[in-house]
Amino acid sequence: MTRFLLRRLFQAAVVLVVLAAVLYACFYLAPGDAARLACGPKCNTAQITQIRGQMGLDDPVYVQFWHFLSGIVAGHDYSTGTDVLHCPAPCLGQSYRTGELVTTMIGQKLPATASLAFGAMVLWLVIGVGTGLLSALRRGTVTERLLTGFTLVGTATPVFITGILLLLVFCSWLQWLPYPSYVPLTEDPQQWAWNLLLAWLALALVEAAKYARLTRSSMLETLAEDHIRTFRAYGVGERAIVVRHALRGALTPVIALSALDLGTMFGGALLTETLFNIPGLGQQLVQSVQIKDVPVVVGIVLVMGLAVVVANAVADVLYAVADRRVVLA
Amino acid sequence: MTVEALSAAEGGTDAVASAPPSGARQVWRRLRGQRAALAGGAVIALFVLVAVAAPLLAAIEGQDTTSYHAGLVDSASGGVPLGTFGGVSGSHWLGVEPGTGRDLFARLVYGSRISLIVAFGATVLQVLLGVLLGLAAGLGNRFLDGLLSRITDVFVTMPALIFAIALLAVVPDGFPRPVLLMLVLGLLAWGGIAKIVRAQVLTLKSLDYVAASRLGGSGPWRTARRELLPALVAPVVTYAAILLPSNIVSEAGLSFLGIGVTPPTPSWGQMLSSASTWYQADSAYVLLPAVLLFVTVLAFTVFADGVRTALDPRVASRLRVGTGRRKQAKADAGSSGTVSPEAVASGKVSPDVAEPETASRKAVTGE
Amino acid sequence: MSAVSDGNLVEVAGLRIEFPTEGGSVRAVDGLDFTLAPGGALGLVGESGSGKSATAYALLGLHRGTGARVSGTVRVAGTDVLAAQDAELRRLRGGVAAMVFQDPLSSLDPYYAIGDQIAEVYRVHHRGSRAAARARAVEVLDRVGIPDAARRARSRPHEFSGGMRQRALIAMALACEPRLLVADEPTTALDVTVQAQILDLLHELRAETGMGLLLVTHDLGVVAGSVDDVLVMRGGSAVERGPVTEVLRAPADPYTRALLSAVPRVDLRSAEGEERAAAPVLVKSPEAPVTSGEGGDVLLEAVGLRREFGKGRERLRAVDDVSLTVRAGETLGVVGESGSGKTTLGRMLVRLLDPSAGQIRYGGREIGGLGEKALRPLRRDLQMVFQDPVSSLNPRRSIGESIADPLRAAGELSDKAVVARVKELLERVGLDPDWYHRYPHEFSGGQRQRVGIARALAPGPKLIVCDEPVSALDVTTQAQVVALLAELRRDLGLSLVFIAHDLAVVRQVSDRVAVMRGGRIVESGTVDEVYDAPQDPYTKGLLAAVPVLDPAESAARRADRRELRSVMVTAP
Repeated sequence: MTRFLLRRLFQAAVVLVVLAAVLYACFYLAPGDAARLACGPKCNTAQITQIRGQMGLDDPVYVQFWHFLSGIVAGHDYSTGTDVLHCPAPCLGQSYRTGELVTTMIGQKLPATASLAFGAMVLWLVIGVGTGLLSALRRGTVTERLLTGFTLVGTATPVFITGILLLLVFCSWLQWLPYPSYVPLTEDPQQWAWNLLLAWLALALVEAAKYARLTRSSMLETLAEDHIRTFRAYGVGERAIVVRHALRGALTPVIALSALDLGTMFGGALLTETLFNIPGLGQQLVQSVQIKDVPVVVGIVLVMGLAVVVANAVADVLYAVADRRVVLA
Repeated sequence: MTVEALSAAEGGTDAVASAPPSGARQVWRRLRGQRAALAGGAVIALFVLVAVAAPLLAAIEGQDTTSYHAGLVDSASGGVPLGTFGGVSGSHWLGVEPGTGRDLFARLVYGSRISLIVAFGATVLQVLLGVLLGLAAGLGNRFLDGLLSRITDVFVTMPALIFAIALLAVVPDGFPRPVLLMLVLGLLAWGGIAKIVRAQVLTLKSLDYVAASRLGGSGPWRTARRELLPALVAPVVTYAAILLPSNIVSEAGLSFLGIGVTPPTPSWGQMLSSASTWYQADSAYVLLPAVLLFVTVLAFTVFADGVRTALDPRVASRLRVGTGRRKQAKADAGSSGTVSPEAVASGKVSPDVAEPETASRKAVTGE
Repeated sequence: MSAVSDGNLVEVAGLRIEFPTEGGSVRAVDGLDFTLAPGGALGLVGESGSGKSATAYALLGLHRGTGARVSGTVRVAGTDVLAAQDAELRRLRGGVAAMVFQDPLSSLDPYYAIGDQIAEVYRVHHRGSRAAARARAVEVLDRVGIPDAARRARSRPHEFSGGMRQRALIAMALACEPRLLVADEPTTALDVTVQAQILDLLHELRAETGMGLLLVTHDLGVVAGSVDDVLVMRGGSAVERGPVTEVLRAPADPYTRALLSAVPRVDLRSAEGEERAAAPVLVKSPEAPVTSGEGGDVLLEAVGLRREFGKGRERLRAVDDVSLTVRAGETLGVVGESGSGKTTLGRMLVRLLDPSAGQIRYGGREIGGLGEKALRPLRRDLQMVFQDPVSSLNPRRSIGESIADPLRAAGELSDKAVVARVKELLERVGLDPDWYHRYPHEFSGGQRQRVGIARALAPGPKLIVCDEPVSALDVTTQAQVVALLAELRRDLGLSLVFIAHDLAVVRQVSDRVAVMRGGRIVESGTVDEVYDAPQDPYTKGLLAAVPVLDPAESAARRADRRELRSVMVTAP
């Protein structure tokens, strides 16, 4: 297990470095002058030259990349001309626009993203797994058909459509809910939940459809396995068979997939955050991309990448823990 | 215990294990038998027709996509269209855009062009890349396989949307956006198909009939062409059918975020994006692209389901797969009852063609 | 009426079972009647598709809820299985009648310890504490011969070997002291030595507990020593029934007779075996003398052959320092249990696999290290017939095209000549030449194996390695395919390497035989030497484990085995 984790860690590090290099290459080799972007449209040539020097943009690309990487490990000091801004490890650079440290920005945006991700996951697991199990156990009934229809519609509806429709129905027509605006959990838990409810639902409905399909097929497959037949042949009741012998096997892939999806969500549910005006990583990324604030984009993408890579490793471990036949090597 | 399992156990497993050859005629016959898939196909055909005939349709209506009609919106209320259902009238069949008064019907039919072209183009690219890299990994030596598989893993695990956004940001504004979207989606979301092709090739490579072909004196290329490639058609077509709707959604998502197709070029996602600021005042404007997008994606999804069933009736029946797994278990027993992590990983990322949500999700919007 | 019901443990009358399929329903069992007295043992024998397993499942009402249509009467220990309430049925299952399945690995829940699974079943039928149930689990595990049962009860199924798993499954069946044990092909997935152990265990348990046994199997040798009565099934109905001694010694029905004569005998010489097995198929050439091949030149020679898989700690030596020779015109049999490395050896001999070390000399020339390109001219000389009739033919190509492949690859013949040659080959292996354009799924397993043989013959080989060519086939088909191979060898002067786990089949076709275990050859020699006077203890154990058709002989062997076991520890 330890060897497996170490290997995964190493692989993850390699993936992230490659990711960073690719992003770096894209941004720095692409046309457009970072210094001009950083300085704003009203800069004169002298100012731009000065900023280029400060930002180290005159160095070769690989030197810049090396500075960036070493900053992550050892921190970095930025001179702003007059004084020095210390950026402690892990340093991801500073925003061109505001001069803020990228790590600080990410720290500010993370709670909103986490709120969205965890809440939505709870909902989609409940709805998705519940639906999947029910339609697997009620095979051949009207219930199953209805649930199949629901999952099909869910699968075919992109999250931004579900989101807009929810807003339209609950905020605009029925006026049961206020137009959402994010309230931090630490400020007012009730308002936090109330404002996030529709965003959770929008995300959860789409994901739930996927989970329902997975749970259903996984459950049916497990129920068709030989060891289930064994316990039927020994007079074990159907309920005990489902609970004790089918559920565990059937839910193993579901749990592993949840870990993966949580990682992806942490990477920011961009569409949902944008639509519901949640100040999270995704929204920040979209905004930074639009103004070409390169360090922020690279920083956020790296953090998202990290989340996904970690989630992958976690999913593997969960799989191995749930199914002891799997050998991690 | 299932009927299939029982009859398989009794009647010889041969019948289950060897699929009848899937000639084009049989596939068509099986596809024809599915009403939902046919309906989906009809809807797709209709949308393709509309997209092709967009200029004609707009001309019949007598409108274009870019003309402002300031007189049709209420400037006092911020630009809400005058009249019912977003300003529906004889000359503006589906009403006008709030704020600008541009004709919605024209924008929607032209928008379908962007959606379909980008989705088809991206799918073709994904399939080409995926098949080539999957084949190379499956047929190549251990080093090549290892290298390509790691690269594929990176592309499968990384949220394509985030990458797409980062990439779109660095491309100069002058570059034609639809082509750019096609390239970005195509270059990023080929991982799933590559994994499936590789897995399929590895399975096929271990089959005795491939060994027999080697013994018969065929070179590697002849063996690949005669024994391997024909078996890849069904999974690749199936997967492509699933990729198509996911690419439609991806394009719409990117345009929705304002980094896809840019105004004034109409696209459904971009219309939704501007509609999301108007939904309180003009709900008709939201519903039109939303419903169109929903119907299109639904049609493609249903159709893809049908294609899958038609190409491989066995996969469609989960229960029969159950009997197949018993054999797998037996094979595993040979190696001291362990399951390789690769097998699980591939199962985890994409259980098989029958349950491709996981893999396709990566291609979709990451949400 | 009720008195009669009480008298018999099992009563089946007019049993019909139908499975709905896409193309109408299939009748698996068609009007079957039989009874089983308390403590009796009945063998249900038949080839695949005979309906024997479906019948066994019906005894426990396992068809319920599957869509299968079951009619007639099934009465087990007084319970009307077809009419019983669900609760009543659950009491019957496991408590009164317990079932042992074919594949012990998949039949146990991989997630739970074996002891816990047995305890769970016990608690379904008995009130009592968890501790009591667990104690009972350890008790029955101990009874079926699991060493250190208290500790092993905490292991999960994958930590057990195949034989141990089957013991555990039998322990589960014993847990609630059932009056009837239904065993569905309980030893089919096991090696022959383990099979003998399991059959011996069932025999002992029956004597000890007095429970009835319904043994379902395709193997007449398995029933010979294990049951009192036998019922031979074919196509869903009974063709013959009676005491096992009578049925096996003097079968009345022609089908039973054919079945019996098709069973390869480990105690018969090859000449007798061949003659008998060849009876159903046409013999073209006049009976040629069965040469032992001693006089032929050495065609293929392996020296110190070794093959390893994996690396590091997981390195596995599948074949370890094997040397052998195959002479022109002879058949070399290679016998071994699963994991003995016999398939790996066979694939190395035709150079489908590269040896890790050692040499392969073909016609005096070293070919073990040749690259794929250099091998290509030699490929036509060394061919292979595969085990699995399903995966050895491309389902997307007609059988004719599959056979034509090596001819087309060589590119020497015109298209017309290729087709003509393929038709000739089809005829040669006993298939209709007009079937050229048919696809594999239209053929039975035996026919597909014939196609595989025709394909191996197409390039005009000198040597064919047959890797378990008949193990996936029913016994009657098996005999025909074996006879075909022997006939082809004679007529075409081929050399064969015949790899199999079945000692009897190997004896039937081979001139010389090599016994493999753990990647090494433990004994080799002429067939008569090895079979009649085995030297190695492993070979002795192997031979003693082979089921024989004569019930009296079977009992004698059981005694021998007990003795042998007390002397040495057989393979796990």
